[in-house]
Amino acid sequence: MSDGLVFGLIQVLNGVQYGLLLFLVASGLTLVFGIMGVINLAHGSFFMIGAYLAYALSATMGNLWLSILVALPIALALGLVVEAVLIRPLYARDHLYQVLLTYGLILVLEECRSLLFGDDVHGVAVPALFNFSIRLTSDLSYPVYRLVISAICLSIALLMWLVIQKTRLGMTIRAGYSNREMASSLGIDIVWLYRIVFAAGIALAAFAGMIAVPVASVFPGMGNDILIISFVVVVIGGIGSIKGAFIASLLIGLVDVFSQLYAFLPGSAPYVLMALVLLLRPQGLFGRRA
Amino acid sequence: MRLTRETAVLLLAFAALLAFPLGAERFYLQLFTKIMIMAIFAMSLDLLVGYTGLVSFGHAAFYGIGAYTLWAVSGETTAANFYAALPLAMAEAALAALVIGVLVLRSSGVYFIMVTLAFSQMFYYYALRSKAVGGSDGVYINVRPDATLFGFTPFDLNRPMQFYFVALGLMALVYVLLRYVNASLFGRVLVGIKSNEPRMRSLGYSTFWFKLGAFVLAGALAGLAGFLDAAQFGFVNPGLFGWQLSGEVLMVVILGGMGTLHGPILGAFALVLIQEAFSDATKHWLLPMGLFIILAVLALPHGLAPWLKRFSPRAD
Repeated sequence: MSDGLVFGLIQVLNGVQYGLLLFLVASGLTLVFGIMGVINLAHGSFFMIGAYLAYALSATMGNLWLSILVALPIALALGLVVEAVLIRPLYARDHLYQVLLTYGLILVLEECRSLLFGDDVHGVAVPALFNFSIRLTSDLSYPVYRLVISAICLSIALLMWLVIQKTRLGMTIRAGYSNREMASSLGIDIVWLYRIVFAAGIALAAFAGMIAVPVASVFPGMGNDILIISFVVVVIGGIGSIKGAFIASLLIGLVDVFSQLYAFLPGSAPYVLMALVLLLRPQGLFGRRA
Repeated sequence: MRLTRETAVLLLAFAALLAFPLGAERFYLQLFTKIMIMAIFAMSLDLLVGYTGLVSFGHAAFYGIGAYTLWAVSGETTAANFYAALPLAMAEAALAALVIGVLVLRSSGVYFIMVTLAFSQMFYYYALRSKAVGGSDGVYINVRPDATLFGFTPFDLNRPMQFYFVALGLMALVYVLLRYVNASLFGRVLVGIKSNEPRMRSLGYSTFWFKLGAFVLAGALAGLAGFLDAAQFGFVNPGLFGWQLSGEVLMVVILGGMGTLHGPILGAFALVLIQEAFSDATKHWLLPMGLFIILAVLALPHGLAPWLKRFSPRAD
């Protein structure tokens, strides 16, 4: 292969890896919108929490995988507590109050982060097992850990598809998505369903933060950056659609990488794409008409 | 106009603000000026949130455009002309609101919140990365706009007290303008859209154009507020487009009580003063601020305005 082709391949792999990571965050967001009708601005803060948990735990335990094992239940528990204390009183209220309360939650979480860890940028070492690169040509190589991230994300996406399409829980989730009142009158415990969906979404976002630290490091405001771009993904894919979130994530990942590369609307290209989708298909690629 | 108790209270409050500079120190004069600029910004958002039912989480986009416009027309050492720069700032904000409005008004509800946020972040990232507009450090506006007209200078923005009166006058003007707009047929249609859009459409109103009109007007007034901010502080940075500001102004509107116009003014005073108290006490003032917001949402479902009304049962 020529160097140019290999270089292009590396960019594609980077875009796919970024997109898949984005999918983990956006899929939780789109489910919480689609099923619960709740807009959670603090969703990205849990990505940040996951990253900082992984950073703090791996500093003491010396192993990223072990710290993820410890951090994941913490994130899940946090999700359950936040749902019970803050989100549940908002189900019946206007989106406005959901926006406001979760905005307040962002401020609180961000300041707690600042109090506990300070405002410096920290890195986490790539796990030793995957700390090498694959040589592609004489002077181009690709770090294996990025491939590992993509593989983990793809496995989770597959798992999600299986759970939603093939299990009883998945059936209730789909029922809750297509008609909340009907599902609840048919005996589905909607409060329980909400709790599961919300906590699972939080855990996914936190997990994305955990596996991303070796390539992305931890820094203030990282949660907000990923939140905004996840919104773009949800809008492009269509609210409530996992399939839409998956395709839109990959699309955004590739668009972002290539727009930076060719300096064509760097940083703004995903938003231009969103504007186009809004013009041509306001409900998103796979959304249902509002 | 009949003098109702509500107008009497408003006139009293206006008189109090007119008299305020008599005894106030320079610091409080500037603080109150900042608050009144926030009040203009909040009233413009109230037109969308409180009257039309459009929850915009990206209103800072237009504030930032107003502010950056002043920077763009100000020279390194020469002042911009106040009478040219102010309308230009508002026109640019209105133009941006027109383009963005056409796009975002195709969505509604949760979508609308996300899309407005995303578009304002687009401006934010542009301002952050583009060296042409100063990048992440922001840029200084060395000279305040000059209000000389045919050799006569009605006010000098370099004097805090005169700036205070300009802000007060503009706030009162915006209040009266929006009262007038809301009482007009246009405003009535907006309220109708908020309570039931399909009904308004079946009554024959082309609701899209009404919503777009409201969006553009709100954008222009937000541009006015941003212009004043830049003129007061002599400094613009990407944070003026940021979602923290969009969140803050939304907080002001809701805390004050949306759909009332005097609510957002009240909210601006309450929020900025609370902010000032917290930020004096600790570097991590956003923590108590966030907790305060969360508690306010859980405890005050309808904002401050109805709560105040309890103490004056016949206020309206």
